[in-house]
Amino acid sequence: MSEAENVDESRRHFLLVATTVVGAAGAVATAIPFLSSWQPSARAQALGGPVEADISKLQVGELMKVEWRGQAIYIVHRSQEMLDKLKDHDGMLRDPNSEESEQPAFAKNAQRALNPEYLVLIGVCTHLGCAPMAKFKVGDTDVAADWPGGFYCPCHGSKFDLSGRVLKDVPAPLNLKVPPYYFSSNTTLVIGLDKGAA
Amino acid sequence: MSTETKNDVGTTGLLGWIDARFPLTKTWREQWGDYYAPKNFNFWYYFGSLALLVLILQIVTGIFLTMNYKPSAEGAFASVEYIMRDVNWGWLIRYMHSTGASAFFIVVYLHMFRGLMYGSYKNPRELLWIFGMLIYLCLMAEAFMGYLLPWGNMSYWGAQVITNLFGAIPYVGTSLVEWIRGDYFISDITLNRFFALHVIALPLALVFLVVAHLLALHEVGSNNPDGIEIKKNKGPDGKPLDGIPSHPYYSVKDFMGFVFFAMIFAGIVLFEPTVGNLFLEKANFDPADRLQTPDEIAPVWYFTPYYAILRAVPNKLLGVVLMGVAVMIFFLLPWLDRAKVKSIRYRGWLYKGFLGSFVISFIALGYIGMHKPTPVLTIESRIFSIIYFAFFLLMPWYTNVDKTKPVPDRVTFHAH
Repeated sequence: MSEAENVDESRRHFLLVATTVVGAAGAVATAIPFLSSWQPSARAQALGGPVEADISKLQVGELMKVEWRGQAIYIVHRSQEMLDKLKDHDGMLRDPNSEESEQPAFAKNAQRALNPEYLVLIGVCTHLGCAPMAKFKVGDTDVAADWPGGFYCPCHGSKFDLSGRVLKDVPAPLNLKVPPYYFSSNTTLVIGLDKGAA
Repeated sequence: MSTETKNDVGTTGLLGWIDARFPLTKTWREQWGDYYAPKNFNFWYYFGSLALLVLILQIVTGIFLTMNYKPSAEGAFASVEYIMRDVNWGWLIRYMHSTGASAFFIVVYLHMFRGLMYGSYKNPRELLWIFGMLIYLCLMAEAFMGYLLPWGNMSYWGAQVITNLFGAIPYVGTSLVEWIRGDYFISDITLNRFFALHVIALPLALVFLVVAHLLALHEVGSNNPDGIEIKKNKGPDGKPLDGIPSHPYYSVKDFMGFVFFAMIFAGIVLFEPTVGNLFLEKANFDPADRLQTPDEIAPVWYFTPYYAILRAVPNKLLGVVLMGVAVMIFFLLPWLDRAKVKSIRYRGWLYKGFLGSFVISFIALGYIGMHKPTPVLTIESRIFSIIYFAFFLLMPWYTNVDKTKPVPDRVTFHAH
């Protein structure tokens, strides 16, 4: 009798399937730690905690930047004139009432701020993450003749008004994000937390 | 000494000893020495071997750069300055590497255009084409990650924009971007992992794919400007009548290509390594500043056609999807093309027209992608994007109805 006739096919089949299944499960289980090692590490998470900003020296009509989680946080001291103009161009906006955009509940309005005088935004374009530039001058010909004043992204031409609300017909889909923040005193902002908000 | 172990290839001495133990002569003959290639290759057939040359150049210069480069947000920019100023010939090695990156894309784009002209992706070379496309994808990833390493401001914002592309994916986008970066922003962690991918993972994949590409080529045989299968006409010795052994004939031809390439390459490296903002962008001579986007941000020239397509679409997700499709659609060429002939020489005016307008739109998009978006450029980018996609999407139709000329049995060849 030759070897081949002695082969137990069903045993072979069982061993083949069992080995494949166990091997594949092992490979998947082993992949988890490797894939997970790409997540933000404990140190990266710790460094992402809240930061303070001193706004006592911020003049009316000026912009200051602070860093939180490696992103620029824009703080604008808006003038009354700037605030008054916010109502005039709803027709140019994609999401004037911030229905779809990301912001803490207190900022879901035309001013998008806790204290309307101070606009706090994450300075990261909602298109692909460039830093929009301050173009506060109304009708700035660098941007557009009917420019209401606001932020212009140099990468792909997205435009936002002085509340960070996105204009129509630009690549950015949403208004600039508002980070969680609160005032710990009249002149100090804490960015990254919104506890203590009224 | 005892009797020599016999081998199948008839070599003796040291080579014979090796050939009895390792397929050295056998592999050489199969892959090059005895590989019969069509005798009617023209200018367009330089770029495959040139791509291989550039790959070797990038690997060698890359190894020497890693000896002085420091992959950390703290040290990267300074270490590149150190290479440029203090390391003996460091400037030369770095400029060779940075020029090599652009040279790689130039020869690969010309190589791909050759494939489009002569139908080199068509049956039986579909898999060969797919391996080539995978090489192209790998190359794009390699170039993108390599561009972050100098940690200049354009490095930083380029990486910011490209990683954010993944954020457009619904639901998982944000966590996916965090996973790729390993942080909430492009940081030291991101730089370090891109370095690992750039110097180990992707080069390994590239070399593997190049080997697969060449094995597939030498299995099915080379196409040629007439798009004729030379294996159909074999002489009594079993060799294709229209073929010549790659060695010495194409060794010599490729070597001549190397010499001319080296002249141009050296000219760029030695006299104008930035090629006026094209190969190395001005903003990248400033260190990365995560609070300040450069005034004008554009990827390096080889990505600008796709970048222009991304910008042409006033919808984030759709823009990202169309950009991805613009790259990936090349994979489908073997199945989109219904023509009975391969080479442009025997195709009708429809194909020539569509290929011509595709080339124009690719170059125009590349130009638009380098410049600030203005209303006029945006409209132009939309028109050229439509032409770009029309080349592929209408291909099943126009290649089917196009009037083709009869293909001769033997290649067109004039002895030199």
